[in-house]
Amino acid sequence: MSRKLRFESLATGGASAWMVVIGGVTILTVVMMTVLSHYISPFNPTAINVGPILQPPNSRFPLGTNHLGEDMLSRVLCGGSVMLQVAILSVVICSITGVSIGLMSAYVGGFVGKISSLVMDSIYAFPGLVLAIAIAAMLGPGVINMALAIAVVYVPSYFRVVRSQVLTVKELTYVEAARALGAKSRRIITRYILPNLLPSVVVVVTLNFADAILMAAGLTFLGLGVPVSIADWGWDLTYGRQLMFVGAWWVGGFPGFMIVVTVWGFTILGEGLSELLNPRLREMV
Amino acid sequence: MVLLLLTLVFVILRVIPGDPVLLHFEKNVSSEAMNAMRHELGTDKPLLNQYVDYLWGLLHGDMGKSMIDYSPVSQQVMSAFPATLELAIYSTIFAVVLGVLLGVRAACRFNSAQDHGIRAFGTITYALPVFFLGMALQLILGVGLHLFPTGGRTAIGMEPVGCTIGSFHIATGLYTVDSLLEGNLLKFATALRYLVMPTVSLGLVICGTFIRMTRTNMLETLRLDFVTAGRARGLPNRLITYTYALKNAFLPVLTMIGLQFAALLAGAVLTETTFSWPGLGRYLAGRIGFRDYTAIQGAVIFFGLLVALASLVVDLLYAYLDPRVRL
Amino acid sequence: MVKPLLSIQNLSVEYASKRGQVKAVTDVSLVLDEGSTLGIVGESGSGKSTLGFAILNLIPLPGRIVAGRITFDHTDILKQNEDDMRRIRGGQISIIFQDPLTSLNPLLKIRDHFTELLRIHSPSTSKEDAISKAGQLLDNLAISPERLSDYPHQFSGGMRQRVMIGLALALNPRLVIADEPTTALDVIVEAQILELMKRLKDEYGLTVILITHNIGIVAEMADRIAVMYAGQIVEMGPTNDIFADPLHPYTKGLLESAPNILHPERSMRPIPGSPPDLITLPSGCKFHPRCSRVFEPCRIREPLPVECNRRLVACHLYD
Repeated sequence: MSRKLRFESLATGGASAWMVVIGGVTILTVVMMTVLSHYISPFNPTAINVGPILQPPNSRFPLGTNHLGEDMLSRVLCGGSVMLQVAILSVVICSITGVSIGLMSAYVGGFVGKISSLVMDSIYAFPGLVLAIAIAAMLGPGVINMALAIAVVYVPSYFRVVRSQVLTVKELTYVEAARALGAKSRRIITRYILPNLLPSVVVVVTLNFADAILMAAGLTFLGLGVPVSIADWGWDLTYGRQLMFVGAWWVGGFPGFMIVVTVWGFTILGEGLSELLNPRLREMV
Repeated sequence: MVLLLLTLVFVILRVIPGDPVLLHFEKNVSSEAMNAMRHELGTDKPLLNQYVDYLWGLLHGDMGKSMIDYSPVSQQVMSAFPATLELAIYSTIFAVVLGVLLGVRAACRFNSAQDHGIRAFGTITYALPVFFLGMALQLILGVGLHLFPTGGRTAIGMEPVGCTIGSFHIATGLYTVDSLLEGNLLKFATALRYLVMPTVSLGLVICGTFIRMTRTNMLETLRLDFVTAGRARGLPNRLITYTYALKNAFLPVLTMIGLQFAALLAGAVLTETTFSWPGLGRYLAGRIGFRDYTAIQGAVIFFGLLVALASLVVDLLYAYLDPRVRL
Repeated sequence: MVKPLLSIQNLSVEYASKRGQVKAVTDVSLVLDEGSTLGIVGESGSGKSTLGFAILNLIPLPGRIVAGRITFDHTDILKQNEDDMRRIRGGQISIIFQDPLTSLNPLLKIRDHFTELLRIHSPSTSKEDAISKAGQLLDNLAISPERLSDYPHQFSGGMRQRVMIGLALALNPRLVIADEPTTALDVIVEAQILELMKRLKDEYGLTVILITHNIGIVAEMADRIAVMYAGQIVEMGPTNDIFADPLHPYTKGLLESAPNILHPERSMRPIPGSPPDLITLPSGCKFHPRCSRVFEPCRIREPLPVECNRRLVACHLYD
């Protein structure tokens, strides 16, 4: 086995930076595309019969048409909005809840800390989608409900990260020193602790986005998604499945591809950030 | 821990705003009918009583009755379970074998094109929605190339029945095992054929974590002193990689199997729906449409119990495999 | 005239790191006769362990040998392919590692450590033969053969090191490199291990390179000493001569900084300063910033090794 020489110690650091860049650019493109979709899509995504039904991709309809004669390109351009909304909403709810409960649990400690840990651990251990199904089924359809269902599943992720970080920092000498100097209880301590949390939480946020989109797609696939009136990748993917068997692969294929790209973008971004912000891994030249 | 899981499910399904009975009946139904159902299900009792009944029933293996046909949910769940178990076992094996092999490869060729390629592969498979991958496989391999059947568990009439020794009938519910017990190789081959696509699609999505974990662990282990010491004794590379490094790096992978089991089950729900695989996942998915809340509850509980069981098994296995823990 | 068993010529080893190239070993040359024991002494970071590993071409990435030649009994080590190197490792040249706890495979029984070694090097050996040979080896090392079926963590530190020695000697190598063999052990066990090593050395007629930071050990075990500093050999010669009359200021400093059992009233004098950064080394003589006898040429030119009083010294004082 020849020994290849890897002298560019920058390679590891460089690769992580690349990951962040590629991931970030991908996501920005998707978001811009969705936000500007109204202006750049050639047709109204929900306008039926703008073309013959089930046309494969051609010059007039670059991504083909579906069974209602809607233009797939327009649907793909606009289709991200529901998923992104659900994702953003759930991540916001989730992160705020998770971080606060985590902070409280770690800082207050004792019985409260143990109970919250147990509860969070059991939620965490549960198969995510199954839990989301149960909640979404009870709450009913709608963007907010879907976001809530997904949020509940991911709260433990934030909780655990925050709790372990806070527990570590709490024991650090400089925090004790600050306390000894009479630091004004929680406010100033939070000024020490929160900055330490930021890197880890950011990483969890990006991965949370990725998972949220996947889960939203999954819920839609199982019929627990948002009502059909808007163009949505999840929906197109779902009924694209039947159409696929008659040969119309483009109806499900392109929206599916967009989901993959978006999720991948967030994942790469998250992994890159995690490597950059975690110096231990970087030292492995 | 298990108790907590069960309570959690209860909380979600009963405490969260949303009367299951109301949601069940979409159209307007007379209030007597609704109350009758409420009485039948016990939702007219105070919450605490419901909780006690719930736990008590579970202790006896009673998960209530389906809202659709009033047949016992536990029966339905148990009959759907073996299919999911079979899929889960094969997918896990596939994911672990593939993940570990690729992870080892990536670690041994650290920072090379292969390493980056494998890592990229891991992230992409993770990003694929399970059902999308399933659909793609169905399209290409099933419809396009006619290599594999696109749905179901086995061909009609090919269901194995296990074997009978004396007055004992042995049937595990796992088609591959039962057909072997029966001695029928054709049934075995058919069952395998139907298993391929669901296993691959579920396994691929899960394997990403194993790739990453194996790679990281291998990279760390390969730096350890005893690996260098082994090399200094002239031991060949393959021995070093597998017996020295991998065996030591493998134990955390085992724990990860336990942790991934939950994700596997979640994925199974979607995979089973895509491939019309008659397991617990498809059962759950199906019942959503019917708004059969007792059934949904039963299935969800069962999933929870499965996860708890899996982590227990993994803990035991870990203790068995690591000589340091045993003493 | 005895042909040297090992000859190292102008060896240089560097490691890549984020801040630049770490020059672990720079232009080291030495010659080792069969049957003799060479002690390589120096502080941590002096490059002595790297030198030891280089002999078996085991420098781990991101390090590599950038220059030099290593000849072992007519064989050019650095030109060997992997397969031939593997035969040499363990078979002709072996290493005893510093920390036996981390150097033994925690998942393998002691017996398996031996059997795998014996059977890799001669595949025709049967399992029974391998086990009995392993038993003999352990017996010679004062370990009961019943303990063959134990795991490394069940042994004490001293016993583990004896296992390591057993593994190093199992195939009757000609050269044994001992890298800080007793650093991880307490003093009493250390004495036992050193006794054992001396006995085995005579019994098997071994050529030994003993790498350590402890001058006391080297005084006991080695015929000749090479003193290393910042990746270079600054003084090399017969042990007794060097101890009686150290020439290089660093060697003097080393000897003076150790407690003297014969004259406990003499205070220890540590060498001022600290070892240099191996990425940006000082100009001229690498020791000059800490040398008490530094003068003009020291800052400018690197001193080359010269013969003086039956040994080699690299110091402008003796040019």
